[in-house]
Amino acid sequence: MSFLIVENLAKSYPGNDAPVFENVNFSIVKGEFVCIIGHSGCGKTTILNALAGLETATSGNLIMDGREVVGPGLDRGVVFQGHALMPWMSVIENVKFAVRSRWPDWSKQEIEAQAAKYLEMVGLGQALYKKPSMLSGGMKQRVGIARAFAIQPKMLLLDEPFGALDALTRGTIQDELLNIVQATAQTVFMITHDVDEAILLSDRILLMSNGPRARIAEIVEVTLPRSRTRHDMHHDPRYYRIRNHLVDFLVSRSKDPKPVDELQPPVVRPGEDEPGTLPFAA
Amino acid sequence: MKNEHWKSLLLSVVLFALFIAVWFVATLPKESGLQSAEQDEYAALMGKGAAKSGGFPPPQEIGKAIVTHLSDPFKDNGPNDKGMAIQLGHSLGRVGVGFALAILVALPIGFAIGMSPLLHRALDPFIQVLKPISPLAWMPLALYTIKDSDLSGIFVIFICSLWPMLINTAFGVANVRKDWLNVARTLEVRPLRKALTVILPAAAPTILTGMRISMGIAWLVIVAAEMLVGGTGVGYFVWNEWNNLALPNVIFAILVIGVVGMILDRCFAGLQKLVSYTE
Repeated sequence: MSFLIVENLAKSYPGNDAPVFENVNFSIVKGEFVCIIGHSGCGKTTILNALAGLETATSGNLIMDGREVVGPGLDRGVVFQGHALMPWMSVIENVKFAVRSRWPDWSKQEIEAQAAKYLEMVGLGQALYKKPSMLSGGMKQRVGIARAFAIQPKMLLLDEPFGALDALTRGTIQDELLNIVQATAQTVFMITHDVDEAILLSDRILLMSNGPRARIAEIVEVTLPRSRTRHDMHHDPRYYRIRNHLVDFLVSRSKDPKPVDELQPPVVRPGEDEPGTLPFAA
Repeated sequence: MKNEHWKSLLLSVVLFALFIAVWFVATLPKESGLQSAEQDEYAALMGKGAAKSGGFPPPQEIGKAIVTHLSDPFKDNGPNDKGMAIQLGHSLGRVGVGFALAILVALPIGFAIGMSPLLHRALDPFIQVLKPISPLAWMPLALYTIKDSDLSGIFVIFICSLWPMLINTAFGVANVRKDWLNVARTLEVRPLRKALTVILPAAAPTILTGMRISMGIAWLVIVAAEMLVGGTGVGYFVWNEWNNLALPNVIFAILVIGVVGMILDRCFAGLQKLVSYTE
């Protein structure tokens, strides 16, 4: 039973004949980490905003946990591209603001404890009372992640959260995110431009063709075991099969994907037949 | 840095001393050895003795006036002889009440205009026409309808403080970053809590800039308004002393108006600093 079902989603803007995307169909099961990759303008952010309830699609259905998604809600945590921290609040106040929204009846101590717990989880235990302007880009994004996790949402939506970070910081936060997601069995939908990031983090990767009339051209199942890490991943031959597959798609096939008759996009498992060095995915 | 500070302070002091010196020399009594004894006698009879008080007052007379006024700021010997503190109290009271009323009106309406583009477009023509009207132009209307000079003064302060506050509040509210509003939306924050915890702090620096401008204008306008309505206040004091031809008192009042205006502005600068944030 899928936790999230997206059916025939389409978005068009007034004045434009061709929709940005159409016939977008996919589903996510509970505890799954799904990334979406595609060139700019294919509507990735619109899909995520539709899931968040911040934008409405022109047509199609969004069903989460058996209920239709209408408007934004506390059951979905959103990590914004530009971290979106309130600069007049300290780090912990930013997280407390979210916690108080989720549990308005909680006492001050409970709210404080919950906020501090999640900030410590992202390694910000020392910076609780700093203003966001005193933090580096990576630390700000960590606060954004802590804020989204702290309300214990049913699903986490991340809009290119590491896009603006340098490679080293990005790597560290990817590891932290992976740890928290695994510890909390969180269901995640994430937009990224980074092929390696997608392979490291996701169970499945949705590949979108270019807009207008973008759609999900393929769904790539990551055949590496879940225990993969940034340090050993690239020693496994399957990693290159997946990586090449993704890069090939982005470079050449995304412009003109093979037409698919059925609405569900084909599922591919690159590297499936390859004897990997890592224990095979269960 | 510290050194620069002292240098600028020193330069200020030197410039001030220079100014006083030039003033002193320019107002020295002219030597009039050509005058006959009769003429001197006549001058003394006319109340224009050797002190020559007819010209522009020299700095030492201003100094004397400052000392006299500051030594008894709370005196109250009838309508034409009140201490400066009492006059200031009247002026500040009018400004305070008019300004507070303007806040009560400008903040809610500014919020509404900032949140609703429809309301913004609907009210914009009125604001654009009403804003450039000199607040004193309202005075006859106010006197006629309110029939009370004190309240008319307050009304004039209200009307001149209103526009900068209203416009800045609307601008600040309309330009709150979309990201922050989206955070509030995804957290299902209720409208009132959103207004108080997200929009207000986000727009506060812009709103306070409007208030600071308003206060500056209000302090300019109160002097003119009190010259018109009379009775009490620094503006009336200036006008009254002009009618007495007591220029040292007028200059003293000008100094007081400047210093109080500066203090008011510093207060709002402090408040501005309190609510400002760096992104």
